[in-house]
Amino acid sequence: MSSATVDEVVSKKYEFGFFTDIDADEAPPGLSEDIIRFISAKKKEPQWLLDYRLKAYRHWLTLEEPRWPKVDYPQIDYQDVIYYSAPKRPEDAPKSLDEVDPKLLETYEKLGIPLHERAALAGIAVDAVFDSVSVATTFKETLKEAGVIFCSFSEAVQDHPELVQKYLGSVVPHTDNFFAALNAAVFTDGSFCWIPAGVRCPMELSTYFRINAAKTGQFERTLIVAEEGAYVSYLEGCTAPQRDENQLHAAVVEIVCQKNAEVKYSTVQNWYPGDENGKGGIYNFVTKRGACRGDNAKISWTQVETGSAITWKYPSVILQGDNSVGEFYSVAVTSNMQQADTGTKMLHLGKNTSSTIVSKGISAMRGQQSYRGLVKVNKGAEGARNYTQCDSLLIGDRCGAHTFPYIEVKNPTAQIEHEASTSKVSEDQVFYLRQRGLSEEDAVSLIVNGFCKEVFRQLPMEFAVEAQALLAVSLEGAVG
Amino acid sequence: MLSIQNLHAEVDGQPILKGLTLEVKPGEVHAIMGPNGSGKSTLSNVLAGRDEYTVTQGSVTFRGEDLLDKAPEERAQAGVFLAFQYPVEIPGVGNSYFLKTAVNKKRAAEGKEELDAKGFLKLLKEKMALLEMDAKFKSRDLNVGFSGGEKKKNEVLQLTMLDPALAILDETDSGLDIDALRIVSKGVNSLRDKEHSFIVVTHYQRLLDHIEPDFVHVLKDGRIVKSGDKSLALELEAQGYAGIADAA
Ligand SMILES: Nc1ncnc2c1ncn2[C@@H]1O[C@H](COP(=O)(O)OP(=O)(O)OP(=O)(O)O)[C@@H](O)[C@H]1O
Ligand SMILES: [Mg+2]
Repeated sequence: MSSATVDEVVSKKYEFGFFTDIDADEAPPGLSEDIIRFISAKKKEPQWLLDYRLKAYRHWLTLEEPRWPKVDYPQIDYQDVIYYSAPKRPEDAPKSLDEVDPKLLETYEKLGIPLHERAALAGIAVDAVFDSVSVATTFKETLKEAGVIFCSFSEAVQDHPELVQKYLGSVVPHTDNFFAALNAAVFTDGSFCWIPAGVRCPMELSTYFRINAAKTGQFERTLIVAEEGAYVSYLEGCTAPQRDENQLHAAVVEIVCQKNAEVKYSTVQNWYPGDENGKGGIYNFVTKRGACRGDNAKISWTQVETGSAITWKYPSVILQGDNSVGEFYSVAVTSNMQQADTGTKMLHLGKNTSSTIVSKGISAMRGQQSYRGLVKVNKGAEGARNYTQCDSLLIGDRCGAHTFPYIEVKNPTAQIEHEASTSKVSEDQVFYLRQRGLSEEDAVSLIVNGFCKEVFRQLPMEFAVEAQALLAVSLEGAVG
Repeated sequence: MLSIQNLHAEVDGQPILKGLTLEVKPGEVHAIMGPNGSGKSTLSNVLAGRDEYTVTQGSVTFRGEDLLDKAPEERAQAGVFLAFQYPVEIPGVGNSYFLKTAVNKKRAAEGKEELDAKGFLKLLKEKMALLEMDAKFKSRDLNVGFSGGEKKKNEVLQLTMLDPALAILDETDSGLDIDALRIVSKGVNSLRDKEHSFIVVTHYQRLLDHIEPDFVHVLKDGRIVKSGDKSLALELEAQGYAGIADAA
């Protein structure tokens, strides 16, 4: 390092060193222990959580940003990022749909998003517009009766600190990777969900989520715990396009699944992908992992990834309990200049554990996509089984699809099956459908939806319909 | 109904149709026969609007409108149906889901109300019964893994469901067993009336035993070289194409 740069770094540090204005709505750009203390103080966090953040931060300083993913983006200046800004005040939000970008509303229409949800999604202060408050209250009542805790992460820290402390970082430790360490240091909010033993969560945790928590943070933290014999189906994100001034996103999701419990986690990710040249799109670096702690536990990840300029994401399952089951169903679309390096890790530790991976990658325009999957069978995992199916569909001839399957087997009784295919949307198929009266875009979207059928089948019903529409919207202009 | 005037078309710079003229009136069935490579499928594809075929001369009007001006889906919605010589497979797309989409696209273009699930299934059941098709073909993926004959039958199912004004059957009889040939013909004949017209491309007289044509044309080297009534087909069956004088 030249002495000039050293000076710069030191002066920057110095600059932040005096940042203690707890009343500020926004932290100045940059990351330091002071900033972390500021965030923690803002959120009135207990000491143990501040200590956790600081530990993560100190570890993060020792790490290098990973360069192995097959994605290309300019160097991120982590000292140029704002790590805390207060939630927007309701008076700053648009007052009615008239103030919302008509283009956005048009997309909601195309996606078939119910009318009453559009206002909330567009960021209009919900209670000012329609009576979803009562809807939300009913949801809350129903969940409370069942003993389910479902709230923001910040609320959980205040109201259920013992649960948060017990499970936070237990699946994705702060040392896990560069982005996970960063998230652990600076996460601002997210969701917390706890299902007590023997309880089947009485509702899909989706509609509620969409109305009330559509605003996700830049460094989101989610923790889901299903105690023995519990069940929950959780849906993150929504098909509506999401914009954010912050380009860098690094979320962490942890799932703990005890004996005989089941967690179904579905994601629809539609962050702004940038323009045709990839300008302005979101960088999405996500660490998602679930642990099947007890016997017969089951975790399913289903994801539909259509947004972001850069996607770096490998939802994984640690199969500790005997007979535990891990599933990963994924549809990822890369169009225009989007790049995605995504896949899964299935780690077999327990006996007779089984995992299924179905990955469907669609590339169009100049989109680039890599599937990266690891199936690891440890010595003790007698009778482990994995089935992997990894299909790529290309639209046009300027896009690319790549597959990097890693298989590590240390137990000879394991059965591993891997199938892969690459196909193109053929002119013959498109013409055939057009001859039956479908427009070119409808034809392509029908073919693409057919390609993704096995994954869409895993989504909650009404969401599957929206996901299909989303695919069509994402691929608009990709043909012809 | 359909008027083709002096049609010239090429593919990859290679002229295939070289001045083809044909008039099809409402209610008529025209059989087109001719040696391999003479341009029968090319004609079908040009009428359906396939991109790769470039029309260099001539005109086609359909129900008084310029057909060549329209996109393939507009032609389909206007009532031109092509039963493909080689139907394509579309994985993951359920046969009945596809049919419902197609039927409703056409209805929408005609300003009719969409068929609801019940109305659609009733119609589908009726047509499948007519074609003696097993119910399992409803839920199977479109043409995927269908045998050659099953694919052709599925084309005719689509034909009867979509009920087009003009149907072009490109060798729909090839690959059909004797029973299937009879059944498929029954399906086609069920649509025959004063309004519906057909262009039936075939190599064999046996299809024309079931679907009786009003006219038979011989296509050779991109032109219609001889036209006649159904007896012409019998003549061809006996003598082959060699005996046909180049009358054009
Ligand atoms: N893409 C292409 N490039 C060059 N020649 C082509 C192309 N497509 C078709 N042809 C040629 O055009 C001619 C007419 O083909 P077409 O398929 O119309 O024949 P057909 O009469 O339907 O024959 P068949 O009875 O065998 O089905 C053939 O010689 C064929 O090789
Ligand atoms: Mg042919």
